Amino acid sequence: MSDRLAVRKTYKLYVNGAFPRSESGRTYEVTDARGAFLANAAWASRKDARDAVVAARGAFGKWSRATAYNRGQVLYRVAEVMEGRHAQFCEEVAAGEGVSSGRARAVVDAAIDRWVWYAGWTDKLAAVLGSANPVAGPFFDFSLPEPTGVVAVLAPQRSSLLGLVSVLAPVLAGGNTAVVVTSHRRPLPAVTLGEVLATSDVPGGVVNLLTGDAGEIGPWLAEHDDVDAIDLTGAPADRALELERLAAGSIKRVVRPPAEEPDWTADPGTSRMTPFLETKTVWHPKGV
Amino acid sequence: MTAPAQPGPLFEYAPAPESRSIVDVRPSYGLFVDGEFVDGSGESMKTVNPATEEVLSEVAVGTEADVDRAVRAARRAFTRVWGPMRPADRGKYLFRIARILQERAREFAVLESLDNGKPIRESRDVDVPLAAAHFFYHAGWADKLAHAGLGPDPRPHGVAGQVIPWNFPLLMLAWKVAPALATGNTVVLKPAETTPLTALLFAEVCRQADLPPGVVNVVTGAGDTGRAVVEHDDVDKVAFTGSTEVGRSIARAVAGTRKVLTLELGGKAANIVFDDAPIDQAVEGIVRGIFFNQGHVCCAGSRLLVQESVHDEVIASLQRRIGTLRVGDPLDKNTDIGAINSAEQLARIRELSDVGEAEGAHRWQPACDLPDRGFWFPPTVFTGVSPAHRIARDEVFGPVLSVMTFRTPDEAVAKANNTTYGLSAGIWTEKGSRILAIADRLRAGVVWANTFNQFDPTSPFGGYKQSGYGREGGRHGLAAYLKGASH
Amino acid sequence: MTHVLDPGTLAAGTRPTPGSGAALDDVTRSDAALRAFLHGLPGVDQVGAEQRAATLGTRSIKTTAKAWAIDTAISMVDLTTLEGADTPGKVRSLAAKARRPDPTDLTAPPVAAVCVYGDLAGVAREALAGTGIHVAAVATAFPSGRASREVKLADVRDAVANGADEIDMVIDRGAFLAGRYLEVFEEIVAVKEACGSAHLKVILETGELVTLDNARRASWLAMLAGGDFIKTSTGKISPAATLPVCLVMLEAVRDFRAATGTQVGVKPAGGIRTTKDAVKHLVMVNETVGADWLSPDWFRFGASSLLNDLLLQRQKLRTGHYSGPDHVSVD
Repeated sequence: MSDRLAVRKTYKLYVNGAFPRSESGRTYEVTDARGAFLANAAWASRKDARDAVVAARGAFGKWSRATAYNRGQVLYRVAEVMEGRHAQFCEEVAAGEGVSSGRARAVVDAAIDRWVWYAGWTDKLAAVLGSANPVAGPFFDFSLPEPTGVVAVLAPQRSSLLGLVSVLAPVLAGGNTAVVVTSHRRPLPAVTLGEVLATSDVPGGVVNLLTGDAGEIGPWLAEHDDVDAIDLTGAPADRALELERLAAGSIKRVVRPPAEEPDWTADPGTSRMTPFLETKTVWHPKGV
Repeated sequence: MTAPAQPGPLFEYAPAPESRSIVDVRPSYGLFVDGEFVDGSGESMKTVNPATEEVLSEVAVGTEADVDRAVRAARRAFTRVWGPMRPADRGKYLFRIARILQERAREFAVLESLDNGKPIRESRDVDVPLAAAHFFYHAGWADKLAHAGLGPDPRPHGVAGQVIPWNFPLLMLAWKVAPALATGNTVVLKPAETTPLTALLFAEVCRQADLPPGVVNVVTGAGDTGRAVVEHDDVDKVAFTGSTEVGRSIARAVAGTRKVLTLELGGKAANIVFDDAPIDQAVEGIVRGIFFNQGHVCCAGSRLLVQESVHDEVIASLQRRIGTLRVGDPLDKNTDIGAINSAEQLARIRELSDVGEAEGAHRWQPACDLPDRGFWFPPTVFTGVSPAHRIARDEVFGPVLSVMTFRTPDEAVAKANNTTYGLSAGIWTEKGSRILAIADRLRAGVVWANTFNQFDPTSPFGGYKQSGYGREGGRHGLAAYLKGASH
Repeated sequence: MTHVLDPGTLAAGTRPTPGSGAALDDVTRSDAALRAFLHGLPGVDQVGAEQRAATLGTRSIKTTAKAWAIDTAISMVDLTTLEGADTPGKVRSLAAKARRPDPTDLTAPPVAAVCVYGDLAGVAREALAGTGIHVAAVATAFPSGRASREVKLADVRDAVANGADEIDMVIDRGAFLAGRYLEVFEEIVAVKEACGSAHLKVILETGELVTLDNARRASWLAMLAGGDFIKTSTGKISPAATLPVCLVMLEAVRDFRAATGTQVGVKPAGGIRTTKDAVKHLVMVNETVGADWLSPDWFRFGASSLLNDLLLQRQKLRTGHYSGPDHVSVD
């Protein structure tokens, strides 16, 4: 072991492609599974959430209009860049989740592969979910999936990396932009993921990562009129109902939290993309 | 005020040659079998640069024994490695290949232009990026086949024997190899006799990607080698792109076997221009339709059907535009039209053009000054063509456009469909409902509206009638390589 | 060994005008006739036009061709300053640069014109006396064009009286977008008359017209009204000059000459900052309308920072190494 004194990283938020501290100036102590100090994380406030929504809305136009091929390339690039930080993610997952290094490695592997899975989906969604509709008249009628818009994601509390990627990547694959509240107790891999996103051709504002308390920020996002959908997967169990009711005010698309945190290693299917896709149907007459 | 000296009649572009130094063409090549480059057991053949007739390299002519070796390697790889592999991992190999093609894009583009004669602008901006995109797209399918609507657990056929043409050597390789591998098949590929080099470079890419040996095998050669691939008993699936004539003989050869077949054959596409078309873009589309890749395109818009009321205007604009095309050195970045791929093809183009004239059509070619060496044919427009003329019926596969007229939409459709082919068609009109109504009635596998010769890995491509069967690209293209799902 | 097939083809105007006989006078006899004419022009398919422009943008112009293109581009620059803070001093300094763009290399040609607000045209005229460099003034309540006809015409007369021999007017985009084509037409006719012997450039402000169909219609409208040049933009609105817009305008002047025998110039302005951009435009001129337009009499660049980049590239060609911003003069 080297006797060199390490230079520690400052963990900050990731908003609009930059790494600001919380506007509130607050931080909170993050510990490893045994309670030892790891870092002080930024404690995002409602104003940070507000800024993140503005950033996500601003980024939506370009990201949603990018070709599916381009989005696929970008998401695949995330996997490539993550691979290069494999060891760092392993350390953070092992410390934060209290798992063996072998288990942490498997988690990081799966998280990288998940990006690859969704990278391959971008240019297949329309073919799998769209249709040409044989209406009874002289019309060409087709239906296509389109992104919903800005999606607020309350990330899983336990699975700090694989769970996070599993809820974030499907939102992006469909062309949405995201405001994510990370795991409260285990936020560090999310910040490192932000650093990966910032260097992987993902345009600034497409993903915004807020470390802090979903119970505190969640209601602001659920009620926010410029948020189109909310994924409550990581919502505190006793707050989910309240958040869903708040989301009703602006007719948000809501993904309810599971009874307990799922096994994130399972085949993800398409069920995490479809809630954040609208179907647009176009009619056009046919005649010479 | 001193104005700069005027140049000649046009702003003359100085030569802007792409450097050849990026490619390293070996004096001779063997076959790529079971992950290794091996000597063939037979003769060798020369591959030449059609722009200069310079011999580029000597390439092995695969014999029946060589093909057998390749099929065995493919079978072994299918049974032991590629078939049982986790689909996501198959996908990862394809992603690697896609990335390496992107990384080595310039090298592939230069080599393609050298061996094929196509302009570097096209190999650089079309062939190679599209080839990479095909691998990228199909990589994503590898672990999503259950979502393709082709059954809950689609299975690969096994060993695919693939024979591809010389007009888009790398791109046609990608169209064949990417879906085959994504669906879990292994491949024995026979590139065209005159354009084997990028397939051999692709073999190197497979090695860089650590693709398991035997998954992709490349056996070069001519017609006999292709026949050996198609007729090998242990090939499960045959995919062919090329002439309708060879397609027929392949269909006969696989008749009565368990082999599954897809064919992408010739075409004689109608490009229909209505009087309300966006004329400038239509003219571009006509040019792109017939002069892209020297007209060596199975879906080329070789029959122009113009509404009579705009015939003169369209032809005048077209001729003016053709006058600005730059014909010459394929490696010059400003070249629009390169060399005809082979002496044999040039002879066919000449013969059919002469027949066109003899039958009474009017030949127009711009004033033209072609290089002395190499195989060249100027862009050519025949007006006054009747549907009975051979140049209106036979596929020329060269830069030769046959112009006919029509008066009503019904006549346009009738003339467009009056062909034994059915690969593609074009419609030019500003009226959306007309596009859709006409598209409905065209017997063609791809219909372009207000554009032409567009290709994308997500978009199925293939023909009606004697243009073949099966589709390449998109969800539909996967069916060709999956049991129970194919045509 | 690359051969342009038939250099003669571009010179011959072959294209008949849609929907009209020899006389185009008829089409401006009423609002309805003008509308019918403009809307009867062939449509522009945006995707196709953009694709064509992008393909032309891939032309590779090297060595001798590049040297020719750079000098030609310099000679086509309307060196422009259109700021509220402009002063006689600033205009004189610009005029000095116009005469001798590169003080270290006297072989660099002068620019075509200096373009200023009308009140400073006199300063420019004086500073450019005897050089043959034109004095262009923007007028007609540039850049918005929102003033009464009288004020606009007074603006033009004032600029001409101050010594401008080229007037860059803006069309009434509000009237155009509202479909009052005849009103736009008549205003251009009136401005042309007010110009006297000064050349009239008609700014379409294509960034506000948005569609390429509108760019084509506005081009024809301006040419029918007697504009000597059609110009893309004021430079105050983004997007300004783009290759697809320039392509559509070049097609319009080509077709207009074929129909009427009258040649009209084209001036992309705003947003052209690099030599590469300028060369792409020249390639487009070359391959769309041909050599007849490849002179400062028929093609201009409205620009300010472009000139320095042209000079830097020129120095690079001459010396063989890259130059830097301190080796050209600040504006």
